[in-house]
Amino acid sequence: MSVKVIKVGEDILSANEDKAGANKARLDKGAVFTVNIMASPGAGKTSLIMNTINNLKDKMRIGVIEGDVASSVDADKINALGIPVIQINTAGGCHLDANMVEYALNGLPLDAIDLLFIENVGNLICPNAFVLGEDRRVMIASTPEGDDKPLKYPAMFADSDVVVLNKTDLTPHLDFDDAAFRQTVTGLNPDVVIFPVSCKTGAGLDDWYAWLTAAVRGKKGG
Amino acid sequence: MHEYSVTESLLALALEKAGEANAARITRVNLVLGEISGIVGECVRLYFDLLSRDTIASGAELAYETIPTQLRCNKCDKVYTPQDGSWACPDCSEIGLEIVAGRECYLESIEVE
Repeated sequence: MSVKVIKVGEDILSANEDKAGANKARLDKGAVFTVNIMASPGAGKTSLIMNTINNLKDKMRIGVIEGDVASSVDADKINALGIPVIQINTAGGCHLDANMVEYALNGLPLDAIDLLFIENVGNLICPNAFVLGEDRRVMIASTPEGDDKPLKYPAMFADSDVVVLNKTDLTPHLDFDDAAFRQTVTGLNPDVVIFPVSCKTGAGLDDWYAWLTAAVRGKKGG
Repeated sequence: MHEYSVTESLLALALEKAGEANAARITRVNLVLGEISGIVGECVRLYFDLLSRDTIASGAELAYETIPTQLRCNKCDKVYTPQDGSWACPDCSEIGLEIVAGRECYLESIEVE
């Protein structure tokens, strides 16, 4: 039998991208400003989300999708704050994908949410390769991780709209070079917005809240 | 690990294209993967062998071409491939760049009988 070559030239991730587009359309319809939070394990994803809830919950309606390999530890914390939350357990999966987020959206009251956080799985390698339907990608880096992380995981930093640098209260005890960190991050990503914060002391968080508030208002149409 | 779902999509696409051509068997799948696509070719191969069992792609060879990362320096405009894992421009040492290539992840072609 003769062999025939069939040209295809189609993106493999297009199934995820199509699904992410559908998620985005749904979130746009409800004017839900959606943030994909990415970081290594322990950088402060849940802490930033909880601080933000405590500060902004009287000004806007917040919802959360929690992605973890296992457990509902984070979702339980958010739930205790009276915020609608859906836990996704990836059962070993290293990133969230648009399909998992669609499933989570089905369980959230989207018409009663202004700001949706999607907390991705703690991982600096691949979550950036999978769009979910978000408006903005926010990466959290923390000072104990070292100022060289953008050099080691450049694609994650290049693909983020905002970098929150957490645990600045620990800087006096560390050899973290803030100027070097900023230079690398802005080099990889000239349009990035950087917020140095401490979720422990609250330092710098007001700028982050102001940015989020403006973005939520912007999506609502002023 | 995340190659599993990507391989499912790849196999579905290959089977769809083979079906449209009324092919009896897929003998080879040619994939293109960028270096920073986040997809490891060897893992795709492993999962492909597993997932394609009991389909017309069973036993097909999975070949992948790797596209190196290419960056353009925003300062001197040089297009370069990162050396020794460093994304800094080899000419001016700046890290100020645009990703030109390396994110590819597509099914280029299939070979069928």
